[in-house]
Amino acid sequence: MKPSVAQVYAWLDDVPDPEIPVISLTDLGIIRHVEWAGDTLEVTVTPTYSGCPATSIINLDIETALRGHGIEKLTLKRQLSPPWTTDWLTETGRAKLEKYGIAPPRPAGGPAHCPRCQSTDLERLSQFGSTPCKAQWRCKSCLEPFDYFKCI
Amino acid sequence: MSTLYDFALRMGDNTLILGHRVSEWCGHAPVLEEDIALANTALDLIGQTQLWLGLAAEEEGTGKTADDIAFLRDAWDFRNALLCELPNGDFGRTLMRQYLFDQWHLLMLQELQKSSEKRVSDIADKAIKEVSYHVERSRDTVVGLGDGTAESHKRMQDALDYLYPYVGELFTPDAVDDAATKEGIAPDLASLREAYDAAVAATMAEATLALPESRFGHKGGRNGKMHTEHLGHILTQMQWLQRAYPGATW
Repeated sequence: MKPSVAQVYAWLDDVPDPEIPVISLTDLGIIRHVEWAGDTLEVTVTPTYSGCPATSIINLDIETALRGHGIEKLTLKRQLSPPWTTDWLTETGRAKLEKYGIAPPRPAGGPAHCPRCQSTDLERLSQFGSTPCKAQWRCKSCLEPFDYFKCI
Repeated sequence: MSTLYDFALRMGDNTLILGHRVSEWCGHAPVLEEDIALANTALDLIGQTQLWLGLAAEEEGTGKTADDIAFLRDAWDFRNALLCELPNGDFGRTLMRQYLFDQWHLLMLQELQKSSEKRVSDIADKAIKEVSYHVERSRDTVVGLGDGTAESHKRMQDALDYLYPYVGELFTPDAVDDAATKEGIAPDLASLREAYDAAVAATMAEATLALPESRFGHKGGRNGKMHTEHLGHILTQMQWLQRAYPGATW
């Protein structure tokens, strides 16, 4: 019997992002579509940043996870348009990021507060960070630097 | 070959060669944050290269991949603007080159979002999000260093004087561009110049730098007729593995 699409989504929700393992691939909002085409399962994935080295690992992780659940015929598709946006991060994903110490993205273009001490006295160190999706900020109250998941 | 192929090749060669140039800074930048920013910029550009050269390969239709196009051509086959292949120089010159390119890139991608060819507008929609960050940073750095110390100001003025004669090529259409414009794939390059000039003038004013008066422009990269001597040296590094071990795979 073919597992339901909802079941596949639930499995994918257990696959962590390789760079930020605290959130899952579904939290990240990069799984655009799951459907059965006859006896083949088609999973459509959208890249976060065009040069993100995690993209190929993500495809490998999806394949490994689904094969582990007994899916034999699997096609992974890449969908470029519409481009990925941080608006697709789930609410759960945002909460997990914050708890982990990464300030979640905001349309205002910067973090709401320091993920450690909640202070709003912040400064940006760089628009770029340890992965393509993050920027570096610093809290001027507790003096700790932290990552901000930048809005795109 | 089709107009779309020629167009995608020019876009992809720009991002490939500039991306490789910027990656040369990895591990050498003056401070850690700048090293990371340069590496991220290079990564975005190489990612965009995969999209553009992937499109070129698809359009060529002989089973080639983006990697084949990047690694299995020689200097005369490259179609990047000369600006992209110029040596890094010091940190200031690298960021000046980046700003002069980013500002053009942003305007170009804005127009390409309206392309009649969906595969082109899809790439533009994706790339513009990354390029918006690039131009924000390169502009800030040009202003910071231009309006900085006497030494940084001098270096930025030298960089601008050296690089500005390579800007004109980005706005000089040839028969390939005319065909792309006619087919609705790409905008008329010359039409981007006014907005570019306004943006660059504002940035340089803020950076207390003087724009060179001469509009002389070196040409020959985008049609492959006369690259600088620097391109061959880039390729000896970038393509070394495929030249030494043809067909090697990871």
